Amino acid sequence: MKTGPVPDGQGRFGEFGGRYVPEALMGALDELERAWEDARDDATYRAELDDLLTTVAGRPTPLYEATRFSERAGARVVLKREDLAHTGAHKINNTLGQVLLARRMKKERIIAETGAGQHGVATATAAAYFGLPCVVYMGTVDVARQHLNVVRMQMLGAEVVPVETGSATLKDAINEALRDWVTNVEHTHYVIGSVVGPHPFPEMVASLQTIIGEEARRQALELCGALPARVVACVGGGSNAIGLFRGFYRDDEVRLIGVEAAGEGLEKRHGASITRGRPGVLHGARSLILQGDEGLISEAHSISAGLDYPGVGPEHAWLAASGRAAYESATDAEAVEAFSVLCRTEGIIPALEPSHALAYVLRSDEEDLVLVGLSGRGDKDVATIAESLGL
Amino acid sequence: MTALLEHLESRRAEGHKLLVPYLMAGLPDASSFPGALDALLAQGDAVEVGIPYSDPLMDGPVIAAAGERALRAGVGPLRAVAMGAEPDSEVPRLVMTYYNPIHHLGEDRFCDLLSRSGYSGLIVPDLPVEESENLRSCAADRGLAWVPLVAPTSSARRVEAIVATATGFVYAVSTLGVTGHRDQLSERAGRVVAACREATDLPVCVGIGVSTPEQARAATAAADGVVIGSAVVQLILERGAEAAGSFLSSVRSALDGVASSS
Repeated sequence: MKTGPVPDGQGRFGEFGGRYVPEALMGALDELERAWEDARDDATYRAELDDLLTTVAGRPTPLYEATRFSERAGARVVLKREDLAHTGAHKINNTLGQVLLARRMKKERIIAETGAGQHGVATATAAAYFGLPCVVYMGTVDVARQHLNVVRMQMLGAEVVPVETGSATLKDAINEALRDWVTNVEHTHYVIGSVVGPHPFPEMVASLQTIIGEEARRQALELCGALPARVVACVGGGSNAIGLFRGFYRDDEVRLIGVEAAGEGLEKRHGASITRGRPGVLHGARSLILQGDEGLISEAHSISAGLDYPGVGPEHAWLAASGRAAYESATDAEAVEAFSVLCRTEGIIPALEPSHALAYVLRSDEEDLVLVGLSGRGDKDVATIAESLGL
Repeated sequence: MTALLEHLESRRAEGHKLLVPYLMAGLPDASSFPGALDALLAQGDAVEVGIPYSDPLMDGPVIAAAGERALRAGVGPLRAVAMGAEPDSEVPRLVMTYYNPIHHLGEDRFCDLLSRSGYSGLIVPDLPVEESENLRSCAADRGLAWVPLVAPTSSARRVEAIVATATGFVYAVSTLGVTGHRDQLSERAGRVVAACREATDLPVCVGIGVSTPEQARAATAAADGVVIGSAVVQLILERGAEAAGSFLSSVRSALDGVASSS
């Protein structure tokens, strides 16, 4: 691939993407698309966002030489430390950009969905910073397993609305956020948390996350004197992976590898939409979707709430179809094992989501330079891990 | 002209306002559904058969819960389509479904299935005009009517583009939000209907938040008819087909009152 990934006028990445939403939202998506294109090219917006990313988010995040983990992996592993960004994950890059845009669009209210709670916390943080009211939809299963983040959102002044429908996880939280948006679209901005949803969301969120890859590429050259042979990131909806991958699209020699959630195993319950999904439409875009024989959306499963999603961003579906990126998967058990290895070799407690990427690196037997997106920290997962390890 | 449009135009020519009730397939249960559907067919000028779906993002609590109930009872999209196939009735039936089951089966095959099952048209609430071109042409090839939705937020340009695709009636969404009961008919309903009326001579029916005879009467002051969903579904679930039938009969009387006074 020689050029950057820009979707066409209908928001299509090849055969994926588009806008499959009720007519009531079409006007708002047009408005958002225009506002985003205007802001993206506007020096004032860029300068404001750069300042926020520095002073609020704490960017740039470091690239970290994981020496003892490397010994275990048999490869030279460097970690892009998004876990050190404010609020503990890469999600803040996107929410600062979108809430800044929402203010520019004179929207008075912010809504969001969240799975693991990291996007909810990052949205609540940005909303608090700008003094806007914020409602976050979260499945009841996730409310239970990511309780720490529920409390954080509430402390930040957000209202957390539990969603009981369907599988009561991220998919259903997005449905409920979309229902809110259909109702309140004229004064509300929906801060979607990943590179999913109707155009222009996948492109906008990807652009706002590209800073991860831009920094990582520069830092790899400084730290290692070379580009990595492999760039690896976990993929649920896929925003941290796209942000990281985009920094390396033009470097044909760099292999891009996304790691999906294999859950209990690919023959059982899992969240591997690219590995096992089929083309379909979910949450406003055509992509690869886990679905049953009649086009009903399947319930995904992963020990990590952030990967527990039956769809994936259309840009990933396109990268998979074009062969520019490869997609692997790691099970719940492998992720928990990799989590423990990183804790004990580096003194870093990672989130369960990037632990899937670490698991793939531990499993593979190549001895090259590999850059891994450490998308978030694991405080939120301590209860899940304690239960899993019998602590 | 599609068979659906021909039927609705003849009803309109006779001075009737149009009543289009909705019921999700498989409610209240598989064995009672045929009787419930008959109650709707007895009162409606056309009837919408809803297809249960896992992620109904346009639906409020009543229809969303009804869909979960139907799915739990094993009524998936294909069985739902089959349940609404009733060759004995003269009243046109339309399928109301989210897009992914169509995408999954294939647009051509889905339209074939509807045609074979005796349906007259389809409504797909999450497929905007920009994405629906191929499906519309598949439907047209089989004489199936396309019923697009116009929203309160649709610009004049969009309204024009949308109604140009209609081959059955135009579904005017009365208010922003999901399906379900509202205390009052939205004051925006009139403006949506007027915008549609300006752009087309086809029948315009108001839906979303129309759940009483009074609201139906108010809506048809300007519109040609109403779509009633959640109120019918709730009655079928709580009080049965007979209660739904007499409710629809009272709506019919209210509509005839408007028709005769206009």
